[in-house]
This record gives sequence, structure tokens and C-alpha cells, in this order.
Amino acid sequence: MDLNYSQEEIAFRHQVHEFVRAHLPGDLSRKVLEHRRLSKDDYVRWQKILFEKGWIAAGWPVEYGGTGWSPIQRYIFEEECAAAGAPRLTPFGLHMVGPVIMAFGSEWQKKHYLPRILSSEDWWCQGYSEPGSGSDLASLKTRAERRDDHYVVNGQKTWNTHGQWADMCFCLVRTSKEGKKQEGISFLLIDMHAPGVTVRPIILLDGEHEVNEIWFENVKVPAKNLVGDEGRGWTYAKFLLSHERTGIAGVGHSKRELRYLKHIASEEKAGGRPLIEDPLFRDRVAQLEIDLMALEITNLRVAAADRDGKAPGPEASILKIKGTEIQQELTELMMEAVGPYALPHLPMAWGEQWIGAHVGADYAAPLAARYFNYRKTSIYGGSNEIQRNIIAQIVLGL
Amino acid sequence: MDFSLTEEQQMLKDSVHRFLEKNCSFEQRRKMLAERLPMNSQLWEGLASLGVLGVPFSPEYGGFGGAGVETMLVMEALGRHLSLEPYLATVVLAGGCVDLGGADWQKKILIPKIIDGTMLLAFAHTEPNARFELNHVETRAIRDGNNFVLEGEKALVLHGPVAEKFIVSARTSGNPRDVHGVTLFIVEADEGNLGGQEYPLFDGTRALDLQLSGVKVGPESVIGTLDAAMPLIEAVADRAMAALCAEAVGIMDSLHAATVEYLKTRQQFGQPIGRFQALQHRAVDMLIHLEQARSMAVLAASRVDSPNVPERRKAIAAAKELIGRAGRYVGQQAIQLHGGMGMTDELNVSHYFKRLTAIDVLFGNAAYQRQRFATMKEDQPAAQLKAPRKSWVKI
Repeated sequence: MDLNYSQEEIAFRHQVHEFVRAHLPGDLSRKVLEHRRLSKDDYVRWQKILFEKGWIAAGWPVEYGGTGWSPIQRYIFEEECAAAGAPRLTPFGLHMVGPVIMAFGSEWQKKHYLPRILSSEDWWCQGYSEPGSGSDLASLKTRAERRDDHYVVNGQKTWNTHGQWADMCFCLVRTSKEGKKQEGISFLLIDMHAPGVTVRPIILLDGEHEVNEIWFENVKVPAKNLVGDEGRGWTYAKFLLSHERTGIAGVGHSKRELRYLKHIASEEKAGGRPLIEDPLFRDRVAQLEIDLMALEITNLRVAAADRDGKAPGPEASILKIKGTEIQQELTELMMEAVGPYALPHLPMAWGEQWIGAHVGADYAAPLAARYFNYRKTSIYGGSNEIQRNIIAQIVLGL
Repeated sequence: MDFSLTEEQQMLKDSVHRFLEKNCSFEQRRKMLAERLPMNSQLWEGLASLGVLGVPFSPEYGGFGGAGVETMLVMEALGRHLSLEPYLATVVLAGGCVDLGGADWQKKILIPKIIDGTMLLAFAHTEPNARFELNHVETRAIRDGNNFVLEGEKALVLHGPVAEKFIVSARTSGNPRDVHGVTLFIVEADEGNLGGQEYPLFDGTRALDLQLSGVKVGPESVIGTLDAAMPLIEAVADRAMAALCAEAVGIMDSLHAATVEYLKTRQQFGQPIGRFQALQHRAVDMLIHLEQARSMAVLAASRVDSPNVPERRKAIAAAKELIGRAGRYVGQQAIQLHGGMGMTDELNVSHYFKRLTAIDVLFGNAAYQRQRFATMKEDQPAAQLKAPRKSWVKI
């Protein structure tokens, strides 16, 4: 047992650190660190920089243009990128549909789509949830009917993140009403520019346009865009959920946000003294920091087991729940840290070109919106209650 | 970054587990508690013959040459089997004082006897007014020529009633809360000027309050450096906290497994109660606490011998904090989910719960550790031990 990074891992960290320091544009990292709104171009800019370096697909095998890094190296990479204030990589292509295509897709799908994911040529989105199918995802109703060499898709998807920017959507669709509800589901790749696709924004409680409804009306999808076999979509979706565990806890991001929280709490004054010295506030920060220390070790346990080819232990299953609880708590404490200056609502001040005056400290403006926005983390990706159901069944055998 | 055990560590883990499985039963524990027995001597002899009492000591003195991880494995097993034996007191605490602070000749005399199970020691450090403050030492050691005369009171000496010798902290200079001026002494238990009251703790451990009135000791009884024992005491307390964290993980693991099993077998409303989602989610939250606690016990075990003292202290405080909190949650929920059965003395669940509650208190509870963690300065030059422990050659 050795909880220190090896010489090779330290050298690797150094290499990543130096590259990110030299190539991450300053305006981009400032936006990320100060919680400003990011545009599609912001995400793509950073992804293209990583693509040119050959580091865009940390978790992919080398044969598909990945790095071949070990899970520990991937963890280090994510931590360094997060610490520097790099935008998150959009997960839908790289972490979600990419691995599914690699595992179950046709040769044509691999040749056509994988390079376009790497180069950010295609922006992907996810078509899973429907108005009537949230946690009970397998009850989904969007229909795909086979006609000759194509499918005709009709239905409605929702909670679709960044669909307004997307070129492609990987969709769970119903191809049969026979048998168990899971058995009639297929995994289809749909062109978002095809006739009959309509994207409508859903404005969330922070006032932002992050998610959408998608309507499919007689959308023609070529049959070659079916992944794997018809009726096996549920299996592929489950594979996708089990893939790419190292990043799910968001430890690197939370470590960065914890530093930012401490920075804010040392700037803010309570009773004439820095807030960070207030015993009650300090106590909560300490508890959160300790929870995060533990989660970091838990995450590394999972990554090391993965590296050594061992089956994931029960600790792997807790990463999403605990990771999102910590992320939410961070946003909550940050908002609390600025006291009454959490109240002013100035969405324009989160934008990139804002040079106007701030109400209160400049870091205060986005904090309440961020707190509101982060309530999503315990709902998306399988709500934390669904996660608990899964752990109770699969890990505990209840 | 490697979390796997070496072959040797795996063997140690398995052999301790197998031995306790056979020789440390819950029925026996209840019998010992009823008869107010402080320990099981046969069990202690067995642990000695397995080599378990020599885990932290150097092979030079007959030890196993282990470090934090080996102690973690032993303590986890002792926790799982609810052992009442004085491993923490003799091997980790008093043994730790000798190991980290003793002169070579002292180690040669004491360590082999700890290892072969013939000498039990206890650490008499904390005092009635100290609460969790390690440097709160009012007991005085007054110089008398070459000798010292000890005057004062020591409280809650864990496993004190069975000890043949105590390692006693006393002030050779300075004021009660000064870091400087504390010295460690070996005091024989049969010393005439030593008075004491023995009592049980709620977890079944037997403890002792000591009165020292005119206890005379020679210069050879000093362990470590005169006036400068605090770094040593801190290092030993950190070892004890890391050990307690591991013990707590053994307990939480057992409690969680027992609770899940109970949820599968207990029938109400015509079905196993584990079918109810409210209870399922509680069991999952127990698992989350358990796995986070396990991570911290591993971190504590890996950092406890680190020559980087601020890093060591930070890891230990964090681990003890989280494990205090996790232990409370897992223990409370284990009782809750066992319903009335969890309340009984007859079921081991209540015993585990009480031991977890005691572990939280020992060396500072979660609230205290949180405060300690929050006020720890990373760049603060922490007191360094004079000779940082080198890593021992493995046999």
C-alpha cells in the first residue's frame, strides 16, 4: 500500500501541468474560475487545443485516437485541468456515445463518428428522458418505425443539455411494444439538422438556457445509424452508465472550488474579522474539506482497482452520490459566504463582455445562480435516489 | 498510488482474523463483562504466539517491523471481533512511547517482553482538567538530586488495571498548558505511593484513575528527552488515533453487514423489511459512510509514520473527524434498523455501537478534530521528533 504518487505519476502530473499552463487561454480560465457563462466556442476552443496535443480522449484506447493512459493518469489529468480552470470537456461524445460506438457500433459508425468526436466537429447531445419517463426511463415512448433502409422517429425528449448547439443526438427509442419494456428499446444516432427535429429551450431557475425539449416529427434516420442490434438499446445504455467512473465524482473541480470558497471566505468580513475565522463557518468548511479528502481517496481506490484490472468494489457506486452532495454543499457555502450580496440578480454580469459595475464584490454575482443551478447534480445522470435503489439492489442485494 | 496489500500483509490479516474468529467470541465477551474481567490472558498469549504483539516494533528487538498499515489490519480485526484486550494500551500507546522515544537499552528490556506477552503497559497521560488537550499536563515531576518525585492525578488510564508499568507524563518545567516542559517516566504499578480507582467504561474497557503522591523514580525511568516529550506524545497519540480509526472501520463493516442481513431476513407486513425503500436507502447511506471511513483509515495508516509532521497531523485529524461522524451514523442506523433487537444487550449490535461511541470520544471527538483541523496551519513548523522513524527492513 502506498498512497504517494509514483515518480512516473509525478512526472506525468508535471508534464500535464506545464502543458495546461502554456496552452490554456487566460481569458478562458478566468471565465471558468470566476464562474462566468461559457459559450459553445469556449468549450470547443479548449477541446481543439487538447485534440491537437492528442489528449482529448483520455479514456479511449490508442487505436481509436485515445491516450491509453491509466485510470490514475486520467485522474491526474482531470485534476490538473480543473485546478488550472480549464472548461469541462463536454461528456456526451467523449465519455458517453464514443465508448458505446467503440463497444457495439458498426465499422462505418466507428470510422465516421469517432474522429468527428475527437476533433469536436460534431457536438453530441443525449436523448434519454421524456416528459413521462424520468427515473422510470424504460417506460419511454418515442417511437422508431423501420421502413426499408431507414427509421421514422416520432416523439419528444426532454432535459436535453446543450441540444441547441448539437449536431448529433444519441437517442433511446422504442422499436417494439412486445415483451418487457426494456426489450423494445433501441439505440439510435440522430442528426439534429434533419427535417422534423425541433429544439425548444427550457429556461431553468437560474434564468439560463442550458437544457431543451426536442420534438421529433417523422424524422427519417438511416438504418445504418442504429447502434448494435434492434431491441438491445437498454443494455448499451447500462454499459454507458458503468463507463468512465474516474471523473464522475468531480473531485478535481471540487478541490478547485474549495480553494475559491476559502478565498471568498477570507475576503468577506463577519464582525470585523475574516469570515473564515468565524468558528461556525470554519467548522462547516472543515467538515466539507474532510469529506472531500475522503472522497479523493475513495476515487483513487476505484481508479487503482480499475488500473489493476480488478472488478469495481462497492466504493465505486458511491462516487456519484457523494460527489454531487459535495459539489452542492460547495455552492451553498459560497453563496452563504457573501451574505446579503448573494441577492442581486445580474445575469449580464456573468457574461464574457461585461465591463459594467458590480453590486458588491465581483465574485458575488454568479454565486446564487450557481447554487440554484447545482441542484441539478443530484437529479441528473440517474437521480441520487435512483442511485441508492441501484446500490441497494446490486451491491447490497436487497 | 497503490491500495493493495503485500503478500505478507494479507497473511497477517488472514491469520489474525482466523485466530480471533476461533478464540474471541461474543459469548465470551458477555461472560467477561458480567464477571468484570479486564481481559482474556489466553487470548493475549495466543496473539503473542502469532507475533501480533510485535507488529509495530523493529526486528532488532524481535518485532514484526510493521508500520501503520500492519497496525490497521490488526486493529480492524480486533474491532470486528469486539476484543477487550489491551492492544491499544500496551502495544500502540505505551509500546509506541518506547518505540519512538526509548533509549536502545530501554527498548532491549521492554520491547521483547511486550512482544512475548509477558508485560502489560498502560499510558497514563490525560488528566481530570485536560479534556482533549494533549499538552495539558498538571502532574509535576520535581527534581530530587538525580531522581524525580511525581505529584498529581492521571485520569482514564485505558487498561490501567492490568498494567505492570505505566508510562506517565509529568511536567518538569513550565505551566500546565505549555508545550515545552513535559517529560515521560516509567512508573511501576506496585509503587507504594501510587493510589488508584478502577472502573469500567461503557464499552467494557477497564480504566483507572491514578493518584501520584510522592512517587520517586530514578533518571533511568525517563523515556525520551527531558522537557521535550510533547512531539513524542503527539506522534504516539496520532498512532493511537490511526489505530482507532481502523478499529472503527472493522466495527462499521460488521455492523453494516449485520444490518443488511437483518433487512433480508426480518419479515413484517408479509415481506422482508429490506424491500422497503426507506430502509434500503438508509442501508446505502450506511455504506457511503463506511466506504468514506475506510478511505480515511487507509489515509491515516499511510501518513501516521510520515516524517512530514504537518501532513501527518492533518491526515490524522481529518480521519478521526470523519470516522467519529461516520461511526455515529452507522451505529445509530444499525440500531434503528434492527428495531427493538438493536436495543438489547444480547445482540452484538449494541456492543459495537457503544465501542464506536467510545472511539469517537477517545483522543478528541469529531467536533474537536474539526476545530483542530480547521486551525492547523499547513506552514506551521510543527514540533519534529528528533530522529524520524526510518522504515524498517521487512523480515
